[in-house]
Amino acid sequence: MSTDLEALRDGGGWDSVVAPLLDRTWRDKPGFIAWLCTVDHKAIGRRFVFTAALFFFAAGVMGGLMRHQLAEPDNSLLGPDFYNQLFTMHGTTMMFLFAVPMMQGMSVYLIPLMVGTRNTAFPRMAACSYWIYLFGGLTLFIAFAFNTGADAGWFAYVPLAGPQYGIGRRADFWNMLVNFTEATGLMVAVDIATVILKMRAPGMSLQRMPLFVWASLVTSIMIIFAMPTVMFGANLVQMDRSAGTHFFNPAEGGDVLLWQHLFWFFGHPEVYFIFIPGLGFVSEIIPTFARRPMFGYDAVVLSMIATGFLSFGLWVHHMFATNLPELGKSFFTAMSFMIAIPTAVQMFCWIATLWTGRLNLRSPLLFVLGGFIVLLIGGLTGVMVGSVPLDLQVHDTYFVVAHLHYVLIGGALFPLMAAFYYWFPKVTGRLMNERIARWQFALFFIGVNATFFPMHELGLNGMPRRIYTYAVETGWGTLNMAATIGAFIVDLSMLMFVIDAVRSFLRGQRAGANPWGASTLEWSTSSPPPPFNFIALPVVSSRDPVWSRNEGAPTHVSGLQTSTREGLVTTVLDAIPDVRYEYPAPTIWPLVAAAFIILWLVWSIFSLQGALWGMIPPAIAFIAWFWPRRDETAQGAAVEKRP
Amino acid sequence: MSEVLAPGGPQAAHIAQLWWLMLAICAFVFIAVTLALGCAVLRARRATSETAPESPSTSGEKRVGLWVKAAAALSMLLLVILLGASVMTDRALARLPLDDALVVHVTANQWWWDVVYEDAQPDREFRTANELYLPTGRPVIVKLDARDVIHSFWIPSLTGKKDLLPGRTTTIQFRADKAGEYRAPCAEFCGLQHAFMTLDVVALAPASFDAWADAHRAPAATPSDPMELRGRELFVSGSCMLCHAILGTSANARSGPDLTHVASRAHLASVLPNTPVALAAWITDPQVAKPGANMPAHFLADADMRALLAYLGTLR
Amino acid sequence: MYSECRSHFTRALRITVVLMLVAGCEREERQLDPPPVKPDPRAQAAALSDFQPGKQGPGMRMLAAAGGYHEQSAYEVAQGKQLYRWFNCVGCHAQGGGAIGPALMDDNWLYGKSADAIFTSIVEGRPNGMPAFRGRIPEQQVWQLVAYVRSMSGLVPSGAEPNRSEGLLGAPPENLRDAQRPDEKH
Repeated sequence: MSTDLEALRDGGGWDSVVAPLLDRTWRDKPGFIAWLCTVDHKAIGRRFVFTAALFFFAAGVMGGLMRHQLAEPDNSLLGPDFYNQLFTMHGTTMMFLFAVPMMQGMSVYLIPLMVGTRNTAFPRMAACSYWIYLFGGLTLFIAFAFNTGADAGWFAYVPLAGPQYGIGRRADFWNMLVNFTEATGLMVAVDIATVILKMRAPGMSLQRMPLFVWASLVTSIMIIFAMPTVMFGANLVQMDRSAGTHFFNPAEGGDVLLWQHLFWFFGHPEVYFIFIPGLGFVSEIIPTFARRPMFGYDAVVLSMIATGFLSFGLWVHHMFATNLPELGKSFFTAMSFMIAIPTAVQMFCWIATLWTGRLNLRSPLLFVLGGFIVLLIGGLTGVMVGSVPLDLQVHDTYFVVAHLHYVLIGGALFPLMAAFYYWFPKVTGRLMNERIARWQFALFFIGVNATFFPMHELGLNGMPRRIYTYAVETGWGTLNMAATIGAFIVDLSMLMFVIDAVRSFLRGQRAGANPWGASTLEWSTSSPPPPFNFIALPVVSSRDPVWSRNEGAPTHVSGLQTSTREGLVTTVLDAIPDVRYEYPAPTIWPLVAAAFIILWLVWSIFSLQGALWGMIPPAIAFIAWFWPRRDETAQGAAVEKRP
Repeated sequence: MSEVLAPGGPQAAHIAQLWWLMLAICAFVFIAVTLALGCAVLRARRATSETAPESPSTSGEKRVGLWVKAAAALSMLLLVILLGASVMTDRALARLPLDDALVVHVTANQWWWDVVYEDAQPDREFRTANELYLPTGRPVIVKLDARDVIHSFWIPSLTGKKDLLPGRTTTIQFRADKAGEYRAPCAEFCGLQHAFMTLDVVALAPASFDAWADAHRAPAATPSDPMELRGRELFVSGSCMLCHAILGTSANARSGPDLTHVASRAHLASVLPNTPVALAAWITDPQVAKPGANMPAHFLADADMRALLAYLGTLR
Repeated sequence: MYSECRSHFTRALRITVVLMLVAGCEREERQLDPPPVKPDPRAQAAALSDFQPGKQGPGMRMLAAAGGYHEQSAYEVAQGKQLYRWFNCVGCHAQGGGAIGPALMDDNWLYGKSADAIFTSIVEGRPNGMPAFRGRIPEQQVWQLVAYVRSMSGLVPSGAEPNRSEGLLGAPPENLRDAQRPDEKH
């Protein structure tokens, strides 16, 4: 039985029978414990986003403190020890606790809705990954509160973070944070990759996938290849510190550069974990606000894949100042330049879409356009620092600080804010205030440029990174003061954003299912979506399902159970229905397992015995988690059809 | 002077040239792309969320496609040009003529620089700290070692940077053509006082450099003034000799900077001007100016401090 | 009964957490600029010779309790370890195993293992060749050396123990030594 999309959405006829049944099966029970046990991807996605936002503001406060200290020469607001912890925590929080989890959280929320399914592939693993992220991040911040914040820079070079010069437990907590965040990242990446490849709506072949889904797929596969490297490296450093190994001790056969290779092999793809979802956001927003499908879909997809692939070949550009062979370094210059091409192709396709479309200049599009300019500057300075001789001058100076903030803010933060304004109505059912959004955008754009543009000149004037103050004779005072004023403007814009978000959440104008007239599947269900996402799983016959479909093609899946949490697994290439899948029910064990993992790794910082015996509680938790339940097995057996 | 774009030697000059080329091309790309974006936004017809989406015509798409392909091709061409320029600059940097090079061995410590001027005749080698004097017009080969963590050697107006890595000896070659004072901050985060680990680089005409080198080769003279003698006595019998060396006395330790000619330096510990008042404050408590430095506080009686300052003042 | 156990457990847990946190504060403390110690005329009194007999000399003070000694701070112990190398303690005591001088990493203490006793050993010197470093090593640094010497036998809190040094392995890392048998590795 298939009925019209509109009728389904408004709920008539068949839906009044089916919807309550689905609701009873899928809605979480009330109560705090049930809230902790949830495996609803929307709840988990919201938690990721909210927690990442909190970490973002914490790291932003740290950045603000740093700017206050640097506003004037010979400033004694902060001493060197606290300043070192501040910039390390700022970088670590932004990169590990905000940027990647935020993008992953958006994926966890949006992907099942965009591909037309009811949940991610491994809901309990997604829940566990959130708790590891939360507890791990809190552990780092609690350590920071007790003067044990990491202080060797966000990339923790040995020997400074090593056993002799990394004094106390600060570097140990950093190493464990890497374990936590990488475990989280890997779990979410596996989950997202699986749901994208195996659980799309029937008819959504790979060529019909939305561009954000492609971005998430590329990012997830990159994460699976890159994150284990830094986990491995951090654990080697931890072994050097706790167990007296010599991986990074040149006198006993180790090598200081080994850490740099291991870290940056992860570290460079990491910035693309943050950047590619941003590209995905932009590629969703532009078609909606240009009222036409993306120009050059194939080119954009291939560019995303090329960017992901090439990003693994760039890592030595962080090591140009070492004594690696010069010809080898030039290879990495060539690769760094090469990766600019797919990004450029995407940007040209965006311009082409805007040029040939009819523009609805609302706030999401404004943020996309502002981000475009900032990203363009960042990308061009990226070409500059990608060249070996020029990098030898600007490496480890404020020029690089300017570059990295321009690309991250332009390529990730602006698109993220655009995505917030865009999907806020879908998640909350209310619209944000358009006028405040415009003011906030203006302040943010001006503030970002005022803060980071002077830093290019500071770097060329010889100001190194990571210094807690500078002498008045250097002449860097004026530009630093300008950057601090810019930071103040950015803070103001963020404050406006938070106020607007809270107000809109509480009292904003109600939004319908599709306030922007967009084309992807999440806009075909109510705002906010019901716990089961769609009353009937959609069948897709075009690239823009809400805008167009083939006449006569089926529009919905029928025949799935409503009394159990049942979904559909489809084939990888053409999304032909394949298998009926039983989603797992909510349970507390992911939280318990996450808590025990944190306790295990923190205990192992303080005692080698802890590293061994601390494994037992998580093992027990995992056994309890996977222990089959009689009623679930019976249900599965009951619906199984034998040939 | 510490500016990348005010080069005082050929290495920095090559890089500055590359910078200007890159800036020109990147500025061109920025303006072109921003104009394209601006035109796209300004000239497009307006729409609302209710405007029906349209699938554009195939011929229109083909035409726009040609523009996109042309833009991509132009980007590739510009990148290839920049790659060529980058590699050529690399080659120019590697081809600095090194005849009659001065060889200096720099060891980085937390948070000071140990500088040894090597010589074919070992008895003509000499050591200084936190300063690097160079003759103009003569290439310099600097051998770089790190005693503890990773540091980085960088003279913005003269050359790009090179890391000093524990367990490896790296080298850097450059030449100062313009006389003057340059500033070489440590360029790799190395701990609490990374901010104040600057090498004072001075380029002098070759004759002046030779005079300076001869003066620095000589050990400290025995003072004649009783107060200065008392100062030397305090230095050698007190705690100073445990870390510092003064050639010509029995103080011969290498854990701290060499002080044989400390009075001729422009700065103390990269953070203070080299004046008696600053020196007294430094000796009394280094942690005030440079918290975290490895030198402890010394509380000397007034007379003792005056004697010590008098002696140190003779170490030119 | 069960609820009693639970309340005991909760209280124990709370105390442990507080202790851990407090210990965390002290372990990570870096007093870069400690308050100046008032120069004690007795301590500054010139020694009669560089080698003093091993009895309580005129400059001996019970000062560990007075606040100059921080063995729970990892920074102080690490500085002591650095000074142990720089001031050439290695020359007689090697990396703790002893050569000309006695081993410092065993549990055999000739003159006592308290901080004051070790302070006196360094400042006053001892028979059979331990020089007196009074007037040579500033007091703050002597306390750092004392902390390090004690850490060689596993006598400082575990959070303050140094990890393995960079360089050739001369002795097992301090944080892996058993306090009862400090010269063996776990």
